[in-house]
Amino acid sequence: MKIMVAIKRVVDYAVKIRIKSDKTGVETTNVKMSMNPFCEIALEEALRMKESGVASEVIAVSMGPTQCVDTLRTGLAMGADRAIHVDAPSTLYPLTVAKLLKALVQVEKPGLLILGKQAIDDDCNQTGQMVAGLLNWPQGTFASKVVVDKEKKAATVDREVDGGLETLCLDLPAVITTDLRLNQPRYATLPNIMKAKSKPIKKMSLAELNVDLRSDLEVVQVTAPPVRKAGVILSSVDELVDKLKNEAHVI
Amino acid sequence: MENHKAAAAAVAYRLLNQTKHKSNKILHQRRLIPNSTQLNPSSSTSGFTQASVPLNQFVASYRWDLRKSSLIHTHHRKFGSVASTIVERNPNFSTINHDDLIYFDKILGAKKVIQDPEELQTANTDWMHKYKGSSKLMLQPENTTELSQILDYCNSRRLAVVPQGGNTGLVGGSVPVFDEIIINTRRMNSVISFDQVSGVLVCEAGCILENLISFLDKKGFIMPLDLGAKGSCQIGGNISTNAGGLRLVRYGSLHGTVLGLEVVLANGSVIDMLGTLRKDNTGYDLKHLFIGSEGSLGIITKVSILTPPKLSSVNIAFLACEDYISCQKLLFQAKRRLGEILSAFEFLDSQAMNLVLHHLDGVRNPLPSSIYNFYVLIETTGSNESNDKATLEAFLLHAMENGLVSDGALAQDFSQASSFWHIREGIPEALQKAGAVYKYDLSLPVEKMYDLVEEMRTRLGAAANVVGYGHLGDGNLHLNVSARQYDDAILAQIEPFVYEWTSQHRGSISAEHGLGLMKAEKIYYSKSSETVQLMASVKKLLDPNGILNPYKVIPSSLVS
Ligand SMILES: Cc1cc2nc3c(=O)[nH]c(=O)nc-3n(C[C@H](O)[C@H](O)[C@H](O)COP(=O)(O)OP(=O)(O)OC[C@H]3O[C@@H](n4cnc5c(N)ncnc54)[C@H](O)[C@@H]3O)c2cc1C
Repeated sequence: MKIMVAIKRVVDYAVKIRIKSDKTGVETTNVKMSMNPFCEIALEEALRMKESGVASEVIAVSMGPTQCVDTLRTGLAMGADRAIHVDAPSTLYPLTVAKLLKALVQVEKPGLLILGKQAIDDDCNQTGQMVAGLLNWPQGTFASKVVVDKEKKAATVDREVDGGLETLCLDLPAVITTDLRLNQPRYATLPNIMKAKSKPIKKMSLAELNVDLRSDLEVVQVTAPPVRKAGVILSSVDELVDKLKNEAHVI
Repeated sequence: MENHKAAAAAVAYRLLNQTKHKSNKILHQRRLIPNSTQLNPSSSTSGFTQASVPLNQFVASYRWDLRKSSLIHTHHRKFGSVASTIVERNPNFSTINHDDLIYFDKILGAKKVIQDPEELQTANTDWMHKYKGSSKLMLQPENTTELSQILDYCNSRRLAVVPQGGNTGLVGGSVPVFDEIIINTRRMNSVISFDQVSGVLVCEAGCILENLISFLDKKGFIMPLDLGAKGSCQIGGNISTNAGGLRLVRYGSLHGTVLGLEVVLANGSVIDMLGTLRKDNTGYDLKHLFIGSEGSLGIITKVSILTPPKLSSVNIAFLACEDYISCQKLLFQAKRRLGEILSAFEFLDSQAMNLVLHHLDGVRNPLPSSIYNFYVLIETTGSNESNDKATLEAFLLHAMENGLVSDGALAQDFSQASSFWHIREGIPEALQKAGAVYKYDLSLPVEKMYDLVEEMRTRLGAAANVVGYGHLGDGNLHLNVSARQYDDAILAQIEPFVYEWTSQHRGSISAEHGLGLMKAEKIYYSKSSETVQLMASVKKLLDPNGILNPYKVIPSSLVS
């Protein structure tokens, strides 16, 4: 069985986000970009499945501008066998990505598609659900534990829901999206970085996959959240009561 | 900045609580020592084994100095084997009286005159909970004028003082030995100016290093030094100890980056050397006297320092080496092949790694497949992300092919990078948690450095865990002996052996922490008696009554 893992290149988790001055989006020039942490978890899970003999091959896929290749190299250095880069402009919305993933699934025919539950840049949390819908595959989202039964061609997925765990059994092929507690991704070690240099990254175009970029969404404006006003230190209870009464009007 | 303060306070609080048990242990052990032993100069206290052990392989003049310095005065043992330091209160100093308090209240205002027992207890105790004074008074001046008035008064009254910054010093220099007045600089914490073009920062001495780092970060600059204590230590304290830290290999020592200082002398006179020039050859460059003199010559009030621009591309590798010789060869090659982008080269041995993995929460071994004898952390900082990464990768792959590196991991994002740093920076905290620790901070020729760790292991056998780590790129070894509890027998195996060995190999017994109280009497291991004499003359000239940080840095017999 092949496993396909979707990987997104995002602004590094530790970078302080700045908004572009024209309010069209987030500043990314000269900013450290890394693999989306949930995608790292997705890839780690796929690699563990391969190591335990459940899967035969792990394919990492990413869509976006040329630099996505760097992120795919990281994926290969972690242990993916090969990668596919779909060359596309930088702003892609979940539905387009889902359509591209569907097209890639039809080419590669994996038994499992694993994604992060969301990307830390736009926090959409939509792509996995959409691609499952488009493929008409069962989905296990927010997975905190996954067990694959090779013989029965099924996966048992624990998902974190409000107030507890829900356990689902999915027939394969299926879509799984990963939550934070699923695993702890490995580091890219030197021997694996060395091996990754000779692993193939195939480049594909939107036309080859027959997906157009049209989107029903338009971003009107991106703004930073309002800055929290500094607090004041009051000198007496009387002053506090006065403020609550006359300024905050709560008592 | 508030966040950082809160975080620092939380860490401090944790450390306080976690060391509580240990101080109990120390107290307990001290009770076991009969009182007579504590006062008897001829007993086998650590200070004296030094003089009685034959120093056969020792440089002749040093041997004489050692004997002399140990025999001259009567010793009073303060802290059992824990602190191993022997001094007596200088009777020339006065004690605080009611009029003094009235005067301080008048010039400072009550809230800067601190007599609260709880606050004083914290200020009297050092970071390791190893040294403890009994001061009844802490002053927190807000500016140079107030500080100058304080010192003028203390000097005329012969009241001894101890300058204190963040109190993270590791040699007992920042806390009183007896009842010295603590002069804490925390209220002198504003940035005075920053020049975007030259990168020169002028600020007050009490600015916390981490606050300066975040101030500069917004401007696109960094501090030329960084160290594990950044959340609490102050720039004045850093300069007074001439702190080295993690980036020295790239940006050099504070003797190079500090461009100017304002200091207040013991008699209250304010010396303005606060230049901002890179080049200024007019007369003696006296600011250097105050860099690394640990508050014994004057109190630093303002600082002008050259800060480098913050570069966007930082890469970090965590590597495993089979033996020490490979670490050395790796350093040799890194200096050549990484050249201008190399910004840190740190090492730790497997004992240090084990301590961190055992004692710190959430630390993960980046190379779990095997246990290696040595680990090296290499950081590069440059301006071109893809070039720098390619250079580092090529260097590492080459090192791996040549067998210098057995395994390694390259951080792919900031969180991986900080988890690599966390391992190296967490060693002091892990050692604190492991029990009693004897710390030595030595400069040695890189090729000899680790021999000392191995010899120490042979000497101590199963009695203690000997740990080696440090700034390999600067030839700076942190030798730490970790034991279940403080024990005279262990100490006798370590000292004076460590100091003799270091001196024999022409090293320094204090690479970056200073001498403080811990090593004031040991200065002859690294400096000739003529040099120490000259130091004493300088001290007498600048502080004739000896009120500034007494008993520290140079042997008290020379100045009192
Ligand atoms: C976790 C940890 C990691 C560390 N890592 C390193 C490291 O990598 N490299 C390194 O070099 N050191 C290191 N240190 C020790 C280092 O010396 C201190 O952390 C720091 O430089 C001291 O600053 P401070 O403000 O805490 O000074 P304090 O501890 O308060 O004082 C240190 C000395 O300077 C004097 N002093 C303080 N302020 C002034 C002033 N304004 N004028 C005159 N004298 C003054 C004091 O009297 C004392 O003698 C570390 C310490 C800790 C706890």
